[in-house]
Amino acid sequence: MSIIPTLLKQLVKKPFTNPFPKKHAPNKVSDVKKINDPIPVPDDFRGKIKYDRAKCIGCRMCVTVCPANAMEYLPKEKKIKHHVLRCIMCAECVDVCPVKALSSSKEFLLAETDKKSPNLIEK
Amino acid sequence: MHDAYKMFLGPVHPALEEPIFFDFKIVGEKVIATNLKPGNAHRGIEALGMKRNPIQVLYLSERICGICSVSHASTFSRAVEAAAGIEVPERADYIRTIFCELERLHSHILWAGLLAHEIGFHSVLHYGMKVREDVMDLLEYLSGNRVNYGVYVIGGVRRDIPKEKHEKIRQSIKYYNAAFEKFKDVFLNDKTIRMRTEGVGVLTKNDALKLCAVGPTARGSGLNKDTRQDWSYLAYGDIGVKAQLPSQVTGKINGDVLDRTIVRLLEIKQSAEIIERCIDQMPKGSLVSEPKAAVILSRLKNAEGEGIARTEAPRGELHHYVRLAKKEVVDTWKAKAPTYNNLMAVPVMMKDAQIADIPVIICSIDPCIACLDRVSIIEGNSGKSMNKYDLHELCLRKSEMFGKIERGHQ
Repeated sequence: MSIIPTLLKQLVKKPFTNPFPKKHAPNKVSDVKKINDPIPVPDDFRGKIKYDRAKCIGCRMCVTVCPANAMEYLPKEKKIKHHVLRCIMCAECVDVCPVKALSSSKEFLLAETDKKSPNLIEK
Repeated sequence: MHDAYKMFLGPVHPALEEPIFFDFKIVGEKVIATNLKPGNAHRGIEALGMKRNPIQVLYLSERICGICSVSHASTFSRAVEAAAGIEVPERADYIRTIFCELERLHSHILWAGLLAHEIGFHSVLHYGMKVREDVMDLLEYLSGNRVNYGVYVIGGVRRDIPKEKHEKIRQSIKYYNAAFEKFKDVFLNDKTIRMRTEGVGVLTKNDALKLCAVGPTARGSGLNKDTRQDWSYLAYGDIGVKAQLPSQVTGKINGDVLDRTIVRLLEIKQSAEIIERCIDQMPKGSLVSEPKAAVILSRLKNAEGEGIARTEAPRGELHHYVRLAKKEVVDTWKAKAPTYNNLMAVPVMMKDAQIADIPVIICSIDPCIACLDRVSIIEGNSGKSMNKYDLHELCLRKSEMFGKIERGHQ
């Protein structure tokens, strides 16, 4: 019975959920009244890895530490290719990169219809 | 007397979200025998781990389970550190402790909600989810992400908890002390919950000892057993943790679902206290023993030895065994999850229970099948998984075959 006051209070409050983030809204949104932005992520967030090709020296440290083998080394150019679909977002590569060519971004909505889309391969 | 009939439950069933198969023998409404068969959630993480170096395996170990991910990372990193002889700075130990306890908080609150859900008390489930949101936000604030925090590294931690962040932790602790009172009130004084949990799924102290129950399941049966107290690790030695027993609240120990609930609720309060003491006493110093990953990697490559670590995960004692053998990759890695012990106690708890109590009893040990399923043996391409009798048969056939070869040589 002791839960009843909490339930009554809840009746007059607004819902906690943030309905539907903007990027993946359906084409026909006539029945959706308002589309919200996703809730902002914290500063230390580990999201999609961004790669700065110019800075990269091809030391292969990120290839060595990546648990998901998401980093592919390109021996001719001495650069890497990052496969976002394989990435598990641990950001260990960001920590080990000696020249800060890799960084975690705040991007996390990574669904795509084409698996070869440039959004899913960083090079 | 009526004839006994069989009832199958699972692998996909309402008691929990993970796949496990139960086979009950039932007379009327009463369960008289229980058999169980796990093996549906095996993913071969250890096999992946043995192809990778320890730094890579640490992140894989976090992904064994979503709810106890810190426990796995903590245990694996300590096993590797023991094998390679790496010292961890004191400040890192305190930060590791804080994350372990925050995980226990969210796991126990989620469990309290789930138990209420099994009983059919959905408003408490939603209340639990609402209360749990605060600790998830805190974990996100401290580590960057809500699940799989990635805070541990071999030899220390990645993220510091500076003074500016203490204020938010203290607010959370205050919130959880209030939530504990509320939960205690709901679970101890509500008539429905009492009727569904009192005297249900009894595991006596003797049975718990015999079946090697661990964690809250063992403590609910009155065993004074807690890895944090008996085999102190991280900063728990400085803080002095005592195993929480249900007799502190009710004065007696029955070993039923209610007692296991009380233990978990008491641990919510205890975790909040431990976190508070950790931020009060946190020493200054470095976060990692060696900041360069390349140096750690070369040290682990040349290391040789075995390491065992045990952690009190939210569900009980978690065990990791690691062997390094002067190779780039981890030579052997074995994880043993607490559900492995606790699930053995389920057939005993089920004795004479009603069919309607089955989900409540299964839920009461807080099973985590993703942690439990560490091996699955499949016969050829048939997809049929083999049990211990099949394996014994296979073993006999091999001996027979060798015997024939030997006789052929003679």
